[in-house]
Amino acid sequence: MPGIVPTRWLKAIAFALCAGALAPAALAADPAGRVAKPSISVDRATQCIDTPAVMRRTHMDLLKHQRDRTVRAGVRGEKVHLNACIECHAGPGAGAAAGSAVGSPQAFCEGCHRYAAVKLDCFECHQPKPGSARPAAAARAFIAGTAASQPGAAPGATQ
Amino acid sequence: MSEHQRIDSPPATQAREAVRAGTSRRALLGAGAAGLAGVLLAPGIRLIEIAAAQGARAAGEPASSKVRWGMLIDTTRCASDCNQCVTACNTENGLSGGTSPTDSQWIRKVEIRHRDTGRTSSAPVMCQHCANPPCVDVCPTGASFKRADGIVLVDRHTCIGCRYCVMACPYKARSFVHEPLTAQKPDVPRGKGCVEGCTMCVQRVDRGLQPACADACPEQAILFGNLNDPDSAISRRIREIATTRIREDLRLDTGVRYHGI
Repeated sequence: MPGIVPTRWLKAIAFALCAGALAPAALAADPAGRVAKPSISVDRATQCIDTPAVMRRTHMDLLKHQRDRTVRAGVRGEKVHLNACIECHAGPGAGAAAGSAVGSPQAFCEGCHRYAAVKLDCFECHQPKPGSARPAAAARAFIAGTAASQPGAAPGATQ
Repeated sequence: MSEHQRIDSPPATQAREAVRAGTSRRALLGAGAAGLAGVLLAPGIRLIEIAAAQGARAAGEPASSKVRWGMLIDTTRCASDCNQCVTACNTENGLSGGTSPTDSQWIRKVEIRHRDTGRTSSAPVMCQHCANPPCVDVCPTGASFKRADGIVLVDRHTCIGCRYCVMACPYKARSFVHEPLTAQKPDVPRGKGCVEGCTMCVQRVDRGLQPACADACPEQAILFGNLNDPDSAISRRIREIATTRIREDLRLDTGVRYHGI
């Protein structure tokens, strides 16, 4: 019995559907987007262990699996290494947050995690500032090897 | 020629082949040197043995149960007024060095006195790295664990800070972190709400170094090495001198042994 649904409801549903279809187009039309992006800067212009898109999506999984292998099985010298992350990504910030991966909205880890509203608890135990020369040297050696094997890797793609 | 001999003598074979092929004397000398490297440096010490004692693993290689790390502490050489092992531990692992009940202490100097004879001795006591660790038995989350090479560790990612292991350890070797920390060493993550203890300087051992306490002892009273290797310095020493374990009656098969207590 089609007469049961009032015409004004049908109109409302049709309007909602149209609005839903148009909204992404409206966003795409605005190049800056309607949502502010986190402001993140990286000092080093070296290639990270993977592309920014992959790192954004999977860094937590990479670190989680690596940490279990390292702590439980004692595997050292892995490609993924939190100290190596910090060595490149500990960034700007003032006072206590200077040269740290956390502590200010400009810091690499904290900036993005604040933006995404994801709790970041690595640094309740781990040191957020680079300090040990050894893992960094290993990371740089690894990155150099990766860059050599991937000549097309874009510089400055560490974000 | 038996299989064993054939495996053992590749340099000799190389040398014979070099002679047969009429190659230069240099090649022959090189083969001879390669043979020597595997044989003798000084009486009883071989290059291969030194490499094994170092314990540094290749990147990506997990800890192996072929190794069991242990320590032999010679209390006859341990002075009661010396605290250098404790200081070295604090420096290496980023501990505050405080001794209040809420401060972490991974190693402490203990003065012991025999009840009957009155003989006193001083000894550093830390996690004894038991083969049957009670802390691992009681841990409700599996955070307390024994690595394949015998080092007993806390996985802080899994530790909920219940402190059952602190209660279970007969050596009082575990500490709890009560306050937020900021000055951790990059290689030694530590944080509030977790239990911790001596890691036998796992970050150094994996690099082929010995623990900081053994390195710092001015009397070389702490001997670190592989208990599973019958030719290691520690195994030889344990065969030679009388050693004991603290609370041996508990049959925990500790990795740390003492001489002279």
